[in-house]
Amino acid sequence: MSLIRHAVAAEDAARVPGAVVLTDVVKRYGRGPGAVTALDGVSLNVAPGSFTCLVGASGCGKSTLLSLVAGLDELSAGSIDNVERPVAMMFQESALFPWLTVSGNVELALRVKGVGRAERRQRAAELLDTVRLNGFAHKRPHELSGGMRQRVALARALAQDASVLLMDEPFGALDAMTRDILHDELERIWRERELTVLFVTHNVREAVRLGDRVVLLSSRPGRVLNVYDVGLDRPRRIDSAPVAGLAAEITDALREEVSRHAG
Amino acid sequence: MTAVETKPARGAPPPLKHDEAASGRASRPRGKRRLGPGKSIPLGYLIGPLLLLGVWIWGSAQGWIDPRILTAPWTVVETAWDLWESGRLGPDLLVSARRFALGLTFGVLAGLVLAIVSGLSRWGEAVVDGPVQIKRSIPNLALLPLLLLWFGIDERMKIITIALGVLIPIYIHTHNGLRSIDGRYAELAETLRLNHAAFLGRVVLPGALPGFFLGMRFAVTSSWLSLVVVEQVNATSGIGYMMLLAGTYGQTDIIIVGLVLYALLGLVSDTVVRIVQRRVLSWRRTLED
Repeated sequence: MSLIRHAVAAEDAARVPGAVVLTDVVKRYGRGPGAVTALDGVSLNVAPGSFTCLVGASGCGKSTLLSLVAGLDELSAGSIDNVERPVAMMFQESALFPWLTVSGNVELALRVKGVGRAERRQRAAELLDTVRLNGFAHKRPHELSGGMRQRVALARALAQDASVLLMDEPFGALDAMTRDILHDELERIWRERELTVLFVTHNVREAVRLGDRVVLLSSRPGRVLNVYDVGLDRPRRIDSAPVAGLAAEITDALREEVSRHAG
Repeated sequence: MTAVETKPARGAPPPLKHDEAASGRASRPRGKRRLGPGKSIPLGYLIGPLLLLGVWIWGSAQGWIDPRILTAPWTVVETAWDLWESGRLGPDLLVSARRFALGLTFGVLAGLVLAIVSGLSRWGEAVVDGPVQIKRSIPNLALLPLLLLWFGIDERMKIITIALGVLIPIYIHTHNGLRSIDGRYAELAETLRLNHAAFLGRVVLPGALPGFFLGMRFAVTSSWLSLVVVEQVNATSGIGYMMLLAGTYGQTDIIIVGLVLYALLGLVSDTVVRIVQRRVLSWRRTLED
């Protein structure tokens, strides 16, 4: 399945909703001798409905890449084609407005699209049901645990009804058990809704657990070092031997890259 | 599934150890104190003012406070009652309250609008911020002669003077609150494709509310202070005028009645602001709670 997806040519892929094609993306910050090149010629074909994980050492420009795809930041050179904008985005922290209720946070995404009040409430309830948070609609974010907050953030991202979901270390601040459960939930929702997911993480095992592909980025400037196809059957377990095996291989490559920069 | 993530409710005591449970003591070792201010005291905000009142009553009863310097509390109550009975206090109080309310309303509105304009746009800030800072450094008392010339001696001048005093704290604190909103919220609003109206209504205003309420507490007090100034410089009615008149006749008790009224009104309005603040900002978790 994923082999066929990847065989689709870039030009064709760009016309299908949910596809994201990055061509020679360059991002520089500042000018002159003090300029920092965060990304240097990153090319990537993200097939519709695929799950792509970006891993790399801190400072490799993973998050910058997501900001560029989301349109929050401007490219210095190259192009990003995705048929369907806006995309939905999910952050690690500060992802909910603390003054709005759980339902209010989800409804905000619907309000923008001009959905009427009654329908907003109804759809928000359904989405909260999807992330298994029914009964929490009227709580405030500070009354929820970290995992529940990320469930709300996910529900809100889904409310945007975009076919592309960008996730910037969404589970980075959670404990292992909660993260494990949310991996299952995310996988289920991704399949049900046929989403295209771009998932940034520094946790290689998490990347292998979730991704169809794992893209390894180099540090300063960020380039694509290698792309690993994860041919493992789903559902996977993060602590299973095949996942750990591939994760070890990627981690070795990552360590080599990090030590090259340190030395 | 969710059960795994559910944290124990906030404030729930940790499990008791056997010996402590038996003796009925709380699980925290004795002598170890929390770093926060602890649980709130019911009606605690009244304790300070009541202590002050107690010292006044005690001192007057013991004869330590000379009634010519500070009238005894019971004389003040008597005088206030007489003034009320004779119909002199009621109308003055009403006039003062009206000036206070109008000045506060216009001042808050102006301060809010200016803070939003200056907070959301660099050009707005360039134009608005300087003049407000200049006004801040000029006391109302110094502006009064000019305001008298421009707006005359009627109510308009008084309300404008009060509003000018009120808009400063509202502006400063709302502007500061607005600029301290976490940049991630703006980023989030962008990914949600919020338009300007939704961004203002759902993100900027709620996010600036903590600052606004701090400004509001200053504004309320400032409004009473300005009231004293305008009513004592040029007025024929109001509590300030009543006090001014009493001053010329050496009626200390009436002056104290005026002061006590100002104090009460100031305390009551500050309390109202704080109550509203606590309800509106219930989404925050601070040392206050």
